[in-house]
Amino acid sequence: MSAVIEADHLTIRFGSFTAVNEVSFEVGKGELFGFLGPNGSGKTTIIKALCGLLRPTEGTGRILGMDIRKDAAEIRRRVGYMSQKFGLYEDLTVAENLSFYAGVYGLDGRRAEERTREVQALTGIEPYMKRRAGQLSGGWKQRLALACAIIHSPEVMFLDEPTAGIDPVARRALWDLLFQLSGRGVTFFVTTHYMDEAERCGRVGYIYMSRLIAIGTVAELQRLPDANPPGTSRVMIATRNPSEALEGIRKLPGVREATIFGHSIHALAETDRVPLIREKMPGAKVETIEPSLEDVFVTLTYRIMENSR
Amino acid sequence: MNGAQASSWSPTLADEKQRHPRRWFSQGLFYGLVPVCRKEFLHVTRDPGTLFFALLIPMLQLFLFGFAVDTNVRQIATVVLDESHTQESRQLLERFAGSDVFDLRFYAGSPSEMYEKIRGGGARAGIRIPYDYARRLQDGTAATVLVLVDGSDSTVAGQAVSTSTGVALKESLARVLPTGAMPIEVRPSVLYNPATRSANFFVPGLIAILLQIMIILLIALSMVRERERGTLEQLTMTPVAPLGLMLGKMIPYGVLAFGELCAILTVMVVVFQVPIHGSFLLLLLLSLPFLLTVLGLGLVISTRARTQAEAFQLAMGTVLPSVFLSGYIFLIENMPLFFRGVARVIPATYYIQILRGIILRGAGIGELWVQALVLTVMGCAMILLAARIFVKQGAA
Repeated sequence: MSAVIEADHLTIRFGSFTAVNEVSFEVGKGELFGFLGPNGSGKTTIIKALCGLLRPTEGTGRILGMDIRKDAAEIRRRVGYMSQKFGLYEDLTVAENLSFYAGVYGLDGRRAEERTREVQALTGIEPYMKRRAGQLSGGWKQRLALACAIIHSPEVMFLDEPTAGIDPVARRALWDLLFQLSGRGVTFFVTTHYMDEAERCGRVGYIYMSRLIAIGTVAELQRLPDANPPGTSRVMIATRNPSEALEGIRKLPGVREATIFGHSIHALAETDRVPLIREKMPGAKVETIEPSLEDVFVTLTYRIMENSR
Repeated sequence: MNGAQASSWSPTLADEKQRHPRRWFSQGLFYGLVPVCRKEFLHVTRDPGTLFFALLIPMLQLFLFGFAVDTNVRQIATVVLDESHTQESRQLLERFAGSDVFDLRFYAGSPSEMYEKIRGGGARAGIRIPYDYARRLQDGTAATVLVLVDGSDSTVAGQAVSTSTGVALKESLARVLPTGAMPIEVRPSVLYNPATRSANFFVPGLIAILLQIMIILLIALSMVRERERGTLEQLTMTPVAPLGLMLGKMIPYGVLAFGELCAILTVMVVVFQVPIHGSFLLLLLLSLPFLLTVLGLGLVISTRARTQAEAFQLAMGTVLPSVFLSGYIFLIENMPLFFRGVARVIPATYYIQILRGIILRGAGIGELWVQALVLTVMGCAMILLAARIFVKQGAA
């Protein structure tokens, strides 16, 4: 399988600040790739570089086999982009927004009509065609933004935190659409803050402090040695009052991390100390568990912070 | 995935590029111009309120300034202290009153009353004729008349001083030459603006200033609005070329400004009775380079401004230099060397020369091609500069 999106030792510096540091990865055709990381970690910068808007300081990348340093204009014709800001003209109607983006991507009249019908069928926006974009609800705005972003049938889609500030129902509806498109062979690169969204993705990359520190399927990441240091176990401690117990558990010898999940505490502890936890928390149920994606990223982040200290 | 779907997702644009490489090159630089232009016209029609004010406010200002600005000083409120009370002193005062510059409105009884009138702002000039005025005239010793002038307005003061000197000179000559015939008489004839009406001088220049404010605001705000709402970011991810985007925005606002120009010229001719001595068509034609330049200036401003408020501030920052250093009010020839240099880079300087040249003097392309050329070059440079900054910023 040839890679549709490729980053090859991509490095981007703004003056003395390194926004993206030696990032390499590949995304195959039809894949739905999730990209996680805190704000300011370089997610948007990578998207801009891959679309040819920013020249990488070092390294390079390829989209559909085209070099991002040389073929920026051609790349932009063949990729779609949608951000949390949607990029809609609120004083124009839904139909006018669609026809503007069709024009911008150079679709001729017949093809624009054909594509408008197709994105209408996909997003169900047809009843709202005459309404101004500003009068749509958040969820419908998002669908319109997606419709505009795919009007030119892009083979690759970059979505930059597309679901920020959207209610859960609309979020799920959007992901259903993404899966439909991905089933038709469109390759997706989606950045997000939400762990549950990341878990839907086929593969996930985690960027922290401008470096890509983990990449793989969710299952692969859960088994990463860095996330499960040898000699440690991840345990769930179900107790009546987790917020009171948390401080005590953190202070126990051999406990490396502890945090609250609903009515229980998730802790990373040295395996031979687990009986000690059982001993100290007589009324609680203590079980060994698989790390969640969030556990994995938190553990990885701590390790980097320790190493850089 | 079936066949029909496959075809609709295929990269047709890439195929087309290979078939028409030359056409793609020519469209490449200005790619996206047509859809952007069409969209921009839609914005204008969607917001009739903004459009209305954008067109109405310059017109209101034209009326306001066109009627209010009159630099010809007439009827200065004057306080008189006549201590002589003679036929001679009354004759002199008549000459002052006859000059149309002094309006002998108040009569004071004492010097302190006269000073008080001027300090209080009631009068701007004072004429004091001493008690020995008539006697000295008859003796042949020089008679003195004191003329006090409030210097807080330099135009008024200058006019008052020169007129009073003239009045004294005339009166003196009349006494020396009893026949009344002057040996030399100057007959000034003011060319092109025979009535020396201020409107003729100020309204043509005002057109440049009003158009500049309107255009810079319209285009800069439109660009910054896109930046604020995130649509600019979206556009940079599309194949739209920076020049396509910029020209696409310039055309609608250029058309609006051109319409406004025609309306302003109509008002100038009909309401302010300023005739256009030269060719109306040439005037419209030579206005295009100016529109180009200020549209470009608006675009440069828009690349520097993050918010609409910032764009507004920057746009307003261009107004004062264009008013004071462009020759609109003060003669460029009288400025210090440095400001003469500044005047040369202000677009309004050249357009005001074009406007006054054609409207007042009936100048033709032979006299004005340099100004038109300078503006055209400036305009193209502005647009290229804006596009360059735009690309460098990564359009973020």
